[in-house]
Amino acid sequence: MRISSPFGTISFSIILFLLLNVACTPDKKLPIMGEKTVVQKMVDGKPVYDTLDHRIPAFKFYNQEGTEITEALVDGKVYIADFFFTSCPTICPRVKANMKKIYDKYKHRKDFLMLSHTIDTKHDTIGRLAWYAQKLNVGTPCWHFLTGKYNDMTKIALGYLLSALEDKNAPGGFDHSGAIALIDRNRKIRGFYDGTDPEKIEDLIKDIAILLREKE
Amino acid sequence: MKYYTVIFSIALLFTACSGENQEGKALYQKHCANCHGDQGEGLEQLNPPLANSDMLKAAGPGAACWIQNGLHGPIVVNGQNFEHVMPPMPQLSAIEIVNILNYVNNSWGNKRIFITLEEINKVLENCN
Repeated sequence: MRISSPFGTISFSIILFLLLNVACTPDKKLPIMGEKTVVQKMVDGKPVYDTLDHRIPAFKFYNQEGTEITEALVDGKVYIADFFFTSCPTICPRVKANMKKIYDKYKHRKDFLMLSHTIDTKHDTIGRLAWYAQKLNVGTPCWHFLTGKYNDMTKIALGYLLSALEDKNAPGGFDHSGAIALIDRNRKIRGFYDGTDPEKIEDLIKDIAILLREKE
Repeated sequence: MKYYTVIFSIALLFTACSGENQEGKALYQKHCANCHGDQGEGLEQLNPPLANSDMLKAAGPGAACWIQNGLHGPIVVNGQNFEHVMPPMPQLSAIEIVNILNYVNNSWGNKRIFITLEEINKVLENCN
Protein backbone atom coordinates (compact mmCIF):
# COMPACT_ATOMS: atom_id res chain seq x y z
CA MET A 1 0.00 0.00 0.00
CA ARG A 2 1.31 3.45 -0.95
CA ILE A 3 0.33 6.38 1.15
CA SER A 4 0.56 9.59 -0.87
CA SER A 5 -0.48 12.48 1.30
CA PRO A 6 0.71 13.40 4.81
CA PHE A 7 -2.94 13.35 5.84
CA GLY A 8 -3.20 9.72 4.70
CA THR A 9 -0.07 8.77 6.64
CA ILE A 10 -1.40 10.37 9.80
CA SER A 11 -4.82 8.73 9.60
CA PHE A 12 -3.20 5.38 8.81
CA SER A 13 -0.96 5.74 11.88
CA ILE A 14 -3.89 6.68 14.07
CA ILE A 15 -5.89 3.66 12.92
CA LEU A 16 -2.88 1.37 13.43
CA PHE A 17 -2.31 2.85 16.89
CA LEU A 18 -5.97 2.35 17.86
CA LEU A 19 -5.98 -1.23 16.60
CA LEU A 20 -2.82 -2.06 18.53
CA ASN A 21 -4.21 -0.35 21.59
CA VAL A 22 -7.37 -2.45 21.52
CA ALA A 23 -5.37 -5.63 21.06
CA CYS A 24 -2.91 -4.87 23.84
CA THR A 25 -5.14 -3.25 26.48
CA PRO A 26 -4.04 -4.63 29.83
CA ASP A 27 -6.61 -6.00 32.27
CA LYS A 28 -8.42 -3.38 34.28
CA LYS A 29 -6.97 -3.25 37.77
CA LEU A 30 -9.53 -4.20 40.38
CA PRO A 31 -9.42 -2.02 43.51
CA ILE A 32 -8.31 -3.35 46.89
CA MET A 33 -11.19 -2.94 49.35
CA GLY A 34 -11.15 -2.29 53.06
CA GLU A 35 -9.37 -0.05 55.47
CA LYS A 36 -5.59 0.06 55.40
CA THR A 37 -3.59 -0.10 58.60
CA VAL A 38 -0.26 1.50 59.38
CA VAL A 39 2.23 -0.74 61.14
CA GLN A 40 5.59 -0.06 62.72
CA LYS A 41 8.58 -2.19 61.81
CA MET A 42 12.14 -2.02 63.02
CA VAL A 43 14.71 -1.75 60.22
CA ASP A 44 18.37 -1.47 61.27
CA GLY A 45 17.27 -0.53 64.77
CA LYS A 46 15.09 2.33 63.50
CA PRO A 47 11.28 2.39 63.49
CA VAL A 48 9.85 2.35 59.96
CA TYR A 49 6.16 2.67 59.12
CA ASP A 50 4.36 0.71 56.47
CA THR A 51 0.76 0.66 55.20
CA LEU A 52 -0.91 -2.74 54.96
CA ASP A 53 -3.99 -3.66 52.93
CA HIS A 54 -7.00 -5.25 54.59
CA ARG A 55 -6.76 -9.05 54.42
CA ILE A 56 -9.27 -11.78 55.30
CA PRO A 57 -8.32 -12.98 58.80
CA ALA A 58 -7.59 -16.60 59.67
CA PHE A 59 -10.63 -18.87 60.07
CA LYS A 60 -11.62 -22.42 60.97
CA PHE A 61 -14.88 -23.97 59.76
CA TYR A 62 -16.21 -27.32 58.55
CA ASN A 63 -17.45 -28.01 55.03
CA GLN A 64 -20.33 -30.24 53.86
CA GLU A 65 -18.05 -33.27 53.98
CA GLY A 66 -17.05 -32.63 57.58
CA THR A 67 -13.55 -31.58 56.57
CA GLU A 68 -11.90 -28.82 58.57
CA ILE A 69 -11.47 -25.79 56.33
CA THR A 70 -9.03 -23.02 57.23
CA GLU A 71 -7.36 -20.15 55.42
CA ALA A 72 -4.78 -22.70 54.24
CA LEU A 73 -7.33 -23.95 51.69
CA VAL A 74 -7.58 -20.56 49.95
CA ASP A 75 -3.84 -19.95 50.01
CA GLY A 76 -2.77 -18.68 46.58
CA LYS A 77 -6.27 -19.11 45.18
CA VAL A 78 -8.92 -16.74 43.87
CA TYR A 79 -12.26 -17.23 45.60
CA ILE A 80 -15.70 -15.82 46.20
CA ALA A 81 -17.49 -15.75 49.56
CA ASP A 82 -21.09 -15.23 50.64
CA PHE A 83 -23.38 -15.71 53.64
CA PHE A 84 -26.70 -17.56 53.52
CA PHE A 85 -28.75 -20.19 55.34
CA THR A 86 -30.49 -23.23 53.90
CA SER A 87 -34.01 -22.38 55.15
CA CYS A 88 -33.78 -18.77 53.91
CA PRO A 89 -37.16 -17.75 52.47
CA THR A 90 -35.93 -14.60 50.71
CA ILE A 91 -32.99 -13.87 48.41
CA CYS A 92 -30.71 -16.87 49.12
CA PRO A 93 -32.12 -19.23 46.46
CA ARG A 94 -31.77 -16.47 43.86
CA VAL A 95 -28.17 -15.85 44.88
CA LYS A 96 -27.46 -19.60 44.82
CA ALA A 97 -29.00 -19.92 41.32
CA ASN A 98 -26.67 -17.13 40.15
CA MET A 99 -23.66 -18.65 41.91
CA LYS A 100 -24.40 -21.90 40.11
CA LYS A 101 -23.56 -20.07 36.84
CA ILE A 102 -20.16 -19.13 38.28
CA TYR A 103 -19.65 -22.71 39.48
CA ASP A 104 -20.44 -24.09 36.03
CA LYS A 105 -17.97 -21.66 34.49
CA TYR A 106 -14.99 -22.17 36.81
CA LYS A 107 -15.47 -25.50 38.60
CA HIS A 108 -12.61 -27.06 36.59
CA ARG A 109 -10.08 -24.47 37.80
CA LYS A 110 -7.80 -25.77 40.53
CA ASP A 111 -7.02 -22.22 41.66
CA PHE A 112 -10.63 -21.09 42.13
CA LEU A 113 -12.95 -21.71 45.08
CA MET A 114 -16.37 -20.76 46.36
CA LEU A 115 -17.12 -20.46 50.10
CA SER A 116 -20.75 -20.19 51.20
CA HIS A 117 -21.01 -19.57 54.95
CA THR A 118 -24.20 -20.38 56.83
CA ILE A 119 -25.31 -17.92 59.50
CA ASP A 120 -27.80 -20.42 60.89
CA THR A 121 -25.08 -22.55 62.45
CA LYS A 122 -27.60 -24.17 64.81
CA HIS A 123 -29.75 -25.77 62.09
CA ASP A 124 -27.30 -25.91 59.20
CA THR A 125 -25.26 -28.84 60.42
CA ILE A 126 -22.63 -30.58 58.29
CA GLY A 127 -25.28 -33.14 57.27
CA ARG A 128 -27.78 -30.44 56.34
CA LEU A 129 -25.17 -28.66 54.21
CA ALA A 130 -24.30 -31.95 52.51
CA TRP A 131 -27.98 -32.41 51.65
CA TYR A 132 -28.22 -28.83 50.35
CA ALA A 133 -25.11 -29.11 48.15
CA GLN A 134 -26.35 -32.42 46.76
CA LYS A 135 -29.78 -30.96 45.91
CA LEU A 136 -28.08 -27.99 44.26
CA ASN A 137 -26.01 -30.47 42.21
CA VAL A 138 -22.74 -28.86 43.28
CA GLY A 139 -19.86 -29.66 45.58
CA THR A 140 -16.22 -30.01 46.41
CA PRO A 141 -13.51 -29.49 45.47
CA CYS A 142 -14.78 -26.15 44.10
CA TRP A 143 -17.77 -25.16 46.24
CA HIS A 144 -17.56 -25.44 50.03
CA PHE A 145 -20.57 -24.87 52.26
CA LEU A 146 -19.23 -23.89 55.67
CA THR A 147 -20.58 -24.14 59.19
CA GLY A 148 -19.01 -23.67 62.60
CA LYS A 149 -19.46 -21.47 65.65
CA TYR A 150 -21.99 -18.65 65.25
CA ASN A 151 -19.59 -16.10 66.75
CA ASP A 152 -16.88 -17.16 64.32
CA MET A 153 -19.32 -16.64 61.44
CA THR A 154 -20.27 -13.09 62.42
CA LYS A 155 -16.59 -12.34 63.00
CA ILE A 156 -15.51 -13.61 59.58
CA ALA A 157 -18.45 -11.76 57.97
CA LEU A 158 -16.91 -8.55 59.32
CA GLY A 159 -13.60 -9.66 57.82
CA TYR A 160 -15.32 -9.91 54.44
CA LEU A 161 -17.03 -6.54 55.11
CA LEU A 162 -20.38 -8.28 54.65
CA SER A 163 -23.34 -8.14 57.02
CA ALA A 164 -24.66 -11.34 58.57
CA LEU A 165 -26.48 -11.35 61.87
CA GLU A 166 -29.22 -13.17 63.70
CA ASP A 167 -32.33 -10.97 63.68
CA LYS A 168 -35.67 -12.26 64.91
CA ASN A 169 -37.53 -9.61 62.89
CA ALA A 170 -35.93 -10.54 59.55
CA PRO A 171 -37.64 -13.15 57.34
CA GLY A 172 -36.33 -16.55 58.38
CA GLY A 173 -34.63 -15.09 61.47
CA PHE A 174 -31.39 -13.83 59.94
CA ASP A 175 -30.45 -10.53 58.39
CA HIS A 176 -27.80 -10.67 55.72
CA SER A 177 -26.84 -9.04 52.46
CA GLY A 178 -27.08 -10.82 49.13
CA ALA A 179 -23.61 -9.61 48.26
CA ILE A 180 -20.77 -11.81 47.07
CA ALA A 181 -17.18 -10.82 47.89
CA LEU A 182 -14.36 -11.50 45.43
CA ILE A 183 -11.01 -12.35 47.05
CA ASP A 184 -7.62 -12.48 45.35
CA ARG A 185 -4.71 -14.88 45.82
CA ASN A 186 -3.43 -12.82 48.76
CA ARG A 187 -6.72 -12.83 50.72
CA LYS A 188 -7.49 -9.24 49.73
CA ILE A 189 -11.04 -8.18 48.84
CA ARG A 190 -11.22 -6.96 45.24
CA GLY A 191 -14.95 -6.42 44.74
CA PHE A 192 -18.53 -6.81 45.91
CA TYR A 193 -21.34 -8.00 43.65
CA ASP A 194 -25.10 -8.10 44.17
CA GLY A 195 -25.80 -11.83 44.01
CA THR A 196 -29.44 -11.24 43.09
CA ASP A 197 -28.61 -9.29 39.92
CA PRO A 198 -27.76 -11.39 36.83
CA GLU A 199 -25.89 -8.45 35.24
CA LYS A 200 -23.61 -8.07 38.29
CA ILE A 201 -22.96 -11.82 38.12
CA GLU A 202 -21.72 -11.35 34.54
CA ASP A 203 -19.35 -8.63 35.87
CA LEU A 204 -18.19 -11.01 38.57
CA ILE A 205 -17.49 -13.76 36.04
CA LYS A 206 -15.29 -11.33 34.06
CA ASP A 207 -13.52 -10.04 37.19
CA ILE A 208 -12.75 -13.59 38.37
CA ALA A 209 -10.98 -14.13 35.04
CA ILE A 210 -8.93 -10.95 35.64
CA LEU A 211 -7.86 -12.12 39.10
CA LEU A 212 -7.04 -15.59 37.82
CA ARG A 213 -4.60 -13.95 35.39
CA GLU A 214 -2.96 -11.99 38.22
CA LYS A 215 0.17 -13.48 39.68
CA GLU A 216 0.62 -13.90 43.40
CA MET B 1 -69.22 7.36 12.61
CA LYS B 2 -70.32 3.75 12.94
CA TYR B 3 -67.08 2.76 11.20
CA TYR B 4 -65.00 4.43 13.94
CA THR B 5 -66.97 2.71 16.67
CA VAL B 6 -66.22 -0.69 15.16
CA ILE B 7 -62.48 0.05 14.90
CA PHE B 8 -62.44 1.37 18.47
CA SER B 9 -64.20 -1.75 19.75
CA ILE B 10 -61.77 -4.05 17.95
CA ALA B 11 -58.82 -2.07 19.29
CA LEU B 12 -60.23 -2.30 22.80
CA LEU B 13 -60.72 -6.03 22.43
CA PHE B 14 -57.09 -6.50 21.43
CA THR B 15 -55.77 -4.50 24.39
CA ALA B 16 -57.94 -6.52 26.72
CA CYS B 17 -56.66 -9.81 25.32
CA SER B 18 -52.97 -8.92 25.24
CA GLY B 19 -53.02 -7.29 28.69
CA GLU B 20 -50.70 -9.31 30.91
CA ASN B 21 -51.67 -10.00 34.49
CA GLN B 22 -49.43 -7.21 35.84
CA GLU B 23 -50.74 -7.46 39.39
CA GLY B 24 -50.11 -11.20 39.48
CA LYS B 25 -46.67 -10.77 37.95
CA ALA B 26 -45.64 -8.19 40.56
CA LEU B 27 -46.91 -10.40 43.39
CA TYR B 28 -45.13 -13.43 41.92
CA GLN B 29 -41.87 -11.47 41.69
CA LYS B 30 -42.19 -10.38 45.30
CA HIS B 31 -43.34 -13.59 46.98
CA CYS B 32 -42.43 -16.53 44.75
CA ALA B 33 -39.63 -15.78 42.27
CA ASN B 34 -36.78 -15.94 44.80
CA CYS B 35 -37.30 -19.69 45.12
CA HIS B 36 -39.16 -20.69 41.95
CA GLY B 37 -37.24 -18.42 39.56
CA ASP B 38 -38.30 -15.55 37.29
CA GLN B 39 -39.39 -18.02 34.61
CA GLY B 40 -40.89 -20.59 36.99
CA GLU B 41 -37.89 -22.78 36.33
CA GLY B 42 -37.31 -23.77 40.00
CA LEU B 43 -33.84 -24.40 41.43
CA GLU B 44 -32.17 -27.72 40.71
CA GLN B 45 -33.50 -30.41 43.07
CA LEU B 46 -34.19 -27.91 45.85
CA ASN B 47 -37.20 -25.93 44.63
CA PRO B 48 -39.67 -27.42 42.15
CA PRO B 49 -40.47 -25.71 38.83
CA LEU B 50 -43.88 -24.12 38.26
CA ALA B 51 -43.58 -24.01 34.47
CA ASN B 52 -45.07 -27.20 33.05
CA SER B 53 -45.41 -28.72 36.52
CA ASP B 54 -47.72 -31.74 36.54
CA MET B 55 -48.43 -31.34 40.26
CA LEU B 56 -49.52 -27.73 39.86
CA LYS B 57 -51.65 -28.57 36.83
CA ALA B 58 -53.41 -31.37 38.71
CA ALA B 59 -54.04 -29.17 41.74
CA GLY B 60 -55.94 -26.40 39.91
CA PRO B 61 -57.46 -23.95 42.44
CA GLY B 62 -56.29 -26.28 45.24
CA ALA B 63 -52.79 -24.80 44.93
CA ALA B 64 -54.17 -21.78 46.85
CA CYS B 65 -53.73 -23.75 50.09
CA TRP B 66 -50.02 -24.31 49.39
CA ILE B 67 -49.48 -20.59 48.87
CA GLN B 68 -51.33 -19.73 52.07
CA ASN B 69 -50.12 -22.51 54.38
CA GLY B 70 -46.87 -23.62 52.76
CA LEU B 71 -45.86 -27.19 52.01
CA HIS B 72 -44.12 -29.69 54.24
CA GLY B 73 -42.99 -33.17 53.45
CA PRO B 74 -41.78 -34.69 50.21
CA ILE B 75 -43.60 -34.03 46.94
CA VAL B 76 -43.07 -35.35 43.41
CA VAL B 77 -43.05 -32.92 40.48
CA ASN B 78 -42.54 -34.27 36.96
CA GLY B 79 -41.09 -37.47 38.42
CA GLN B 80 -38.58 -35.63 40.62
CA ASN B 81 -38.63 -35.70 44.43
CA PHE B 82 -38.56 -32.42 46.36
CA GLU B 83 -38.33 -32.19 50.12
CA HIS B 84 -37.44 -28.56 50.84
CA VAL B 85 -40.03 -26.78 53.02
CA MET B 86 -42.17 -24.09 51.39
CA PRO B 87 -42.88 -21.35 53.94
CA PRO B 88 -46.50 -20.25 54.57
CA MET B 89 -47.61 -16.79 53.45
CA PRO B 90 -50.48 -15.87 55.74
CA GLN B 91 -50.03 -12.20 54.83
CA LEU B 92 -51.48 -12.77 51.34
CA SER B 93 -55.19 -12.06 50.78
CA ALA B 94 -57.46 -14.29 48.70
CA ILE B 95 -57.42 -11.73 45.88
CA GLU B 96 -53.62 -11.73 45.86
CA ILE B 97 -53.53 -15.53 45.80
CA VAL B 98 -55.97 -15.57 42.85
CA ASN B 99 -53.77 -13.10 40.98
CA ILE B 100 -50.62 -15.14 41.62
CA LEU B 101 -52.28 -18.41 40.58
CA ASN B 102 -53.73 -16.95 37.39
CA TYR B 103 -50.35 -15.46 36.51
CA VAL B 104 -48.48 -18.72 37.16
CA ASN B 105 -51.14 -20.78 35.38
CA ASN B 106 -50.81 -18.64 32.26
CA SER B 107 -47.08 -17.98 32.00
CA TRP B 108 -44.00 -19.77 30.64
CA GLY B 109 -46.00 -22.14 28.48
CA ASN B 110 -48.69 -22.81 31.09
CA LYS B 111 -52.18 -22.24 29.63
CA ARG B 112 -55.02 -22.92 32.02
CA ILE B 113 -58.51 -21.60 32.68
CA PHE B 114 -58.86 -18.53 34.85
CA ILE B 115 -59.68 -19.16 38.48
CA THR B 116 -62.25 -16.90 40.13
CA LEU B 117 -62.10 -15.32 43.57
CA GLU B 118 -65.24 -17.24 44.53
CA GLU B 119 -63.54 -20.56 43.78
CA ILE B 120 -60.47 -19.59 45.81
CA ASN B 121 -62.54 -18.45 48.78
CA LYS B 122 -64.20 -21.88 48.84
CA VAL B 123 -60.86 -23.67 48.52
CA LEU B 124 -59.24 -21.60 51.29
CA GLU B 125 -62.10 -22.41 53.68
CA ASN B 126 -61.41 -26.12 53.25
CA CYS B 127 -57.62 -26.30 53.41
CA ASN B 128 -56.21 -29.14 55.50
